[in-house]
Amino acid sequence: MSDAAVRFTGVTKAFGAVRAVDDVSFALPAGALVTLLGPSGCGKTTTLRLVAGLDLATAGRIEIEGRDVSRLSAAERRIAMVFQSYALFPHMNVLENVSYGLVVGGARRAAAESEARAMLAQLGLEGLGGRLPAELSGGQQQRVAVARALVLRPKVLLFDEPLSNLDARLRRRVREDIRDLQKRLGLSVVYVTHDQQEALAVSDLVVVMRDGRIAQMGTPQQLYDEPADAFVADFMGEANVVAGQVLDAPGGTARVALGGVTVETAMRAHRPGALSLAIRPESIGLLPADDAAGGLPGRVRRAAFLGQTREYEVETAAGLLFVVTQAAAPAHEEGAEVLCRPARMVPLEA
Amino acid sequence: MGALSLARLALAVAGLGLLLLPWHGLEGGVADIASWPGGAAAPLVALLPGGERWWLWPLVPLLVAPLPALAAGRVPGRLLAACGAGAIAWVFLQGHAIGLRGVAWPVLEPWLGEVRQTSLGWGAAAVLAGAAGLVATGLAARGRFGGDAFIAFLVVGSAGLLLLFVFVPLLTILSAAVVEDGRLAPAALAARVTTPEAWSLACLADRQGCGVVWNTLALASLTGVLSTLLGLAFALLAARGNVRAMPAFRAMTILPLITPPFVVSLSLIVLFGRTGLVTGWMWEWFGIPRTRWIYGLPGVLLAQVLAQAPIAFVLLEGAVRAIGPSLEEAASTMGARRFTVFRTVTWPLLRPALAAAFLLGFVESLADFGNPLVLGGDFDVLSTRIFFAIAGARHDPGQAAALALLLLMLTFGAFALQALWIGKRRYTTVTGKGDSGVPAPLPRGLKFVCGAVAWPWMAFTAAVYGIILVGGFVHDIGRGDMAFTWRHFLTGFEVEWLDGMAFRGSAWDSLFTTIQVAAVSAPLTAGLGILLAWLLARQSFPGRRSLEFMTMLSFAIPGTVVGVSYILAFNVPPVELTGTALILVICFVFRNLPVGVRGGIAALAQIDRSLDEASATMGGGAVQTLRRVILPLLRPAIVAALAFSFVHAMTAVSAVIFLVSARHNLATVYIVGRVEAGEMALAIAYSTVLILIMLAVVLGIERLVGRAQIGRRAVPATPMRAGA
Repeated sequence: MSDAAVRFTGVTKAFGAVRAVDDVSFALPAGALVTLLGPSGCGKTTTLRLVAGLDLATAGRIEIEGRDVSRLSAAERRIAMVFQSYALFPHMNVLENVSYGLVVGGARRAAAESEARAMLAQLGLEGLGGRLPAELSGGQQQRVAVARALVLRPKVLLFDEPLSNLDARLRRRVREDIRDLQKRLGLSVVYVTHDQQEALAVSDLVVVMRDGRIAQMGTPQQLYDEPADAFVADFMGEANVVAGQVLDAPGGTARVALGGVTVETAMRAHRPGALSLAIRPESIGLLPADDAAGGLPGRVRRAAFLGQTREYEVETAAGLLFVVTQAAAPAHEEGAEVLCRPARMVPLEA
Repeated sequence: MGALSLARLALAVAGLGLLLLPWHGLEGGVADIASWPGGAAAPLVALLPGGERWWLWPLVPLLVAPLPALAAGRVPGRLLAACGAGAIAWVFLQGHAIGLRGVAWPVLEPWLGEVRQTSLGWGAAAVLAGAAGLVATGLAARGRFGGDAFIAFLVVGSAGLLLLFVFVPLLTILSAAVVEDGRLAPAALAARVTTPEAWSLACLADRQGCGVVWNTLALASLTGVLSTLLGLAFALLAARGNVRAMPAFRAMTILPLITPPFVVSLSLIVLFGRTGLVTGWMWEWFGIPRTRWIYGLPGVLLAQVLAQAPIAFVLLEGAVRAIGPSLEEAASTMGARRFTVFRTVTWPLLRPALAAAFLLGFVESLADFGNPLVLGGDFDVLSTRIFFAIAGARHDPGQAAALALLLLMLTFGAFALQALWIGKRRYTTVTGKGDSGVPAPLPRGLKFVCGAVAWPWMAFTAAVYGIILVGGFVHDIGRGDMAFTWRHFLTGFEVEWLDGMAFRGSAWDSLFTTIQVAAVSAPLTAGLGILLAWLLARQSFPGRRSLEFMTMLSFAIPGTVVGVSYILAFNVPPVELTGTALILVICFVFRNLPVGVRGGIAALAQIDRSLDEASATMGGGAVQTLRRVILPLLRPAIVAALAFSFVHAMTAVSAVIFLVSARHNLATVYIVGRVEAGEMALAIAYSTVLILIMLAVVLGIERLVGRAQIGRRAVPATPMRAGA
C-alpha cells in the first residue's frame, strides 16, 4: 500500500536506556480508524507522539501520506491531535480556540473565525463560541477539542485516550460520534486507548502493542477470534489459556487432547503437537455430567447470575475454566458435576 | 521565527555595530556623540581605513562571508556558526590583548608594537549580539536545538550574558585572590584565607575582638535561631491560636519587604543609641547609665531578626497549615492529650520547615550588609570587612577577594546543607483527597508562651516602624525634640518654581536615578527570567543543566561579593562599565534574575505541557506558542517578577554600594551616607518616601493580579506543600 496514511519503517524511540518504541514497522491505511491498544507503558502513546512529531524518533523513518516527516516538527506535519486533557487554552474562548490553528497558520482573523464557526455548527456547538472552556461540560469540551483539530483539515487526526475524562454513560455516545464523523468525512484517524471494548467498538484496524513492539495487528474480529499469543488473547477480552495436544487439525474441525479426554472443536489448520490453547469463556458449553455428547468433565466451584449472563468457575483436569453462558441456558448449581464442551479453540504461539 | 529571517536580522545588527555605532565606550558620556562619525564616537568602519585599528580588520571578512548565501535565501549552518564564533572570539581576544596601557601580553609585543585602545562600546556590543545570532542560527540550521533558531538564539544569548555577568566576575574574584603585585601567588591566597583577622579566637581568652569569620557565624546562627523561634510563635498563633490579629500579622510580613534593609537600624539607633529615646528614659527614671551597647552584635542581631522573623513566620505558617488535621485527630482518637499530640505529631512534622527557616535566616544574615554597616561599630562581619578592604584607606582588592571567597564558601555551605538535609525530608501530609478534619487548637500552656513572645515583639516592631513614620516629621527625634517640622523633607525634596520646576532638594538626583534604574531593570529582569524559565522548564537542549546552574548561581552569591566582583571585573577594558548607570542595571538584572526564573518555573509547572503540544500540532512554532499561549497564562508570574525586581532594585544596598558613582548615586547609598554624616532625621525622611513609593507599587500590583510573592528567598524552601 503506497497510499498509507501513516507508515513506520523500523522506528525506534529510546529514552535513555529504555526503548519505549522498539523497531516498529507498520502501514496504516488511509480513510480508516486505527486503534493503538495496549496496557499502560506499552508504547502506544509514544507511537502516537511520534506520528504527531511531539517526540522525534531515535531511528527509523516515518511517512505521512507518502511524505517523509521523520525530522519535521509537529508544526510542520499537517496532523492534528485531540489530547487526553483536551488541552483547550483556558484564556481563550471557544471560537478563539477553534480558530487558533488557522490564525497561527497565517489566515486572516475574520476568515479563520467564520471557518471556525462553521466547524462548531457541524459539531452541534452553535452559540457556544463566546464561552470559556471552563464554562463547558466535559462532553462539550471534548467536541471543541475535536472541532479545533478538524478545522485544520489534517492529513491524519490523532486521538490520545479521548474518552478517559468522560463519565461512563457519555463515553459510549462520544465514541460513536467520533466513529460517525470519521466515516462521514473519510478521515484517517489514529486512536490510542487502553480499553479493549472501546477499541473493538470503533476500529477498522487494531494494533495491539506490548513492551514497545507490535504484539498483533488486525481487524477487531481477527484479534478476538484468532489472537496470536496468550497476551493478546487475554488482553482482547477474557480467555482461558490451557495446555493441550493437537492430535489432528486439518482446518475446520480439530481433535484435541485436553485434561485426559479428547474433544472435537473448531480450530484453524495447525500441525499436531503439544501447545497452549486459548478458549473464550462464552465458547464453552456446559452440559449435565450424564450427557451423551461427552466433553471435559468438571465440577462447578462458583456460579453467579448477572442478569444477561451466568458466570461459572469450573474445576477440570485441564485447570480452572472461566465460563460464561446466556442466562437462558440451563443453570448449574455450585458443586454440580458438568461436562465442558469448547466450541472453538485458538492455538497460541509460544 | 525562521532561521533565515533570524540570520538576516543578526547580520543586520552586526552590520549596524560595524558601520554606525561608536565602536569604543564613550568616556565623556553622551556628549561624545557630537563628534560622530569621527573622534571618540567613531564607528569601526571609520577607524579601520586610517590604520590605527588594523588588528580589527579580521572582523570584516568574518561578517561579510555569510552575506551572499543569506542574500540568496540559503542558511549555511557551518559557515554561520564559524563566522559568528570567530567574530566573538576575536573581539574579546583583541580586547584583552590590547588595553589602555598597550599590549597586555608581553609575548605579542614584538608583533604589535606600540598600540593601545579604550574599552568596547555600543558598536562592539551590537557586533557581539549579531555574532551570537549568527552562531545560534548556524547551530539551529545544523539541527541543534530541535532546529529552532529562536530557541537557539535564546539559549546562546542568555548563556553568553550569564557567562559574562555571573561567571566571569566570580572567576575574577578567584584570580584576584591568588594574585599579588601582578603575579600568581598561591601562598598569598593561603595567607589571606587563613589570616588571624578572619579566624582569631582571641575573644575567648580576653576582651579582644574575635576573627571576622567567627563574628559572622555567631551572628548568622543567632539570627537564624531567634527569627525561627519568633516566626514559630507567630505561626502557631496565626494558624492554631484562634486570635483575631491577621491584618496586623500580614502588615508585619509586608513591612520588611518594602523597607530598605538598614532602615530598621536607624530606628534602633533612635531608640537605643547613646542619646536614644529609650536610653534617655532609662537614665531619667531608673538611673541606668547611657551606653553604646546597641552598636555591635546586639544591635545588628536585633535589626536582622526584625527583618527575618516575618519571613520565618510566612514559611512556618504555611507549614503549620499544611499539616493534615486528620493526622492530629488520629492521634487524639488513640488517646493522646493535646500537648502529647503536639509533641509527638505536630512538632516532628514541623521540623523540616524549622530547619528551612533557620537556614534562610542564616543565609540572609551572611548576606546582610546594610545593618552591620550602620550598627556594627567595632563588630565587623565578613560583608562589612570586604567593603572596607575595597573602599577603606588600605584599598586591598586581593584581601577583599579572599574574604569574599570565605563568605561565598559559608553561603554555599549553608545551601549545600539545605539541599542535603532538607531536600530529602519532605512530608506531604495534605493529599489531594479532601481532608475534612478541624485543626487542633494549641495546648493552653503553649499558647500562653507563644503569646508572651509574640505580643511584646509585635509592639516592639510597631515602635520601630513608628519611629520611621514619625522621625521624618519632627525636629530631632534622636534627641527627643518632637516638635513638628517639614524641614527634613524640604532639605531632601524641595521643589521651586522658577521658570518651571526646579528640583532643589538634595535627594532628588539619587531618587530619580533609583527610580529610573529600577524601572529599567525590572522589565529586563522579568522578561529574561520568564524566558529562561520557559527554556529550562519546557525545552530540552544540550547544556540545559549548566544553564540552570549558572542562573541559580547568582542566587547564592551575597551582594557584597557581587559588588566586589563587578568592580574587579568591569573596571578596565575591554568591558569597562564602572561609573555608568548601565552597571547598576546589569547588577540588578542578574541578582534578581533567579527569583524571576523560579517564579516562572513554578508557574509553568501549573500549565499542562499538553497546551504547548496542542499549539505545536496546530502549526504554532515556538514564538507563536510563547506569545499566544504561554505568556498570557504566565501573566501573574510576570507581574510578580516585575514587582519583586522593582522593589529590590529600590532597596538593595550591598552590591550597589560598590558600583555607584557621583553621577549615578542611588537612594539607599545616599541614605547610608546621611547616616554616616549623622543626619539621622533626613535619612529617616528619605526612607519614608522610599517606603511610600514601594508600598504604592506593591499595592498597585496586588490590586492588579492578587497577592504577589515578593520575598527574595522566601519562596524556595517550603518543605511542605499540598499535594497536587
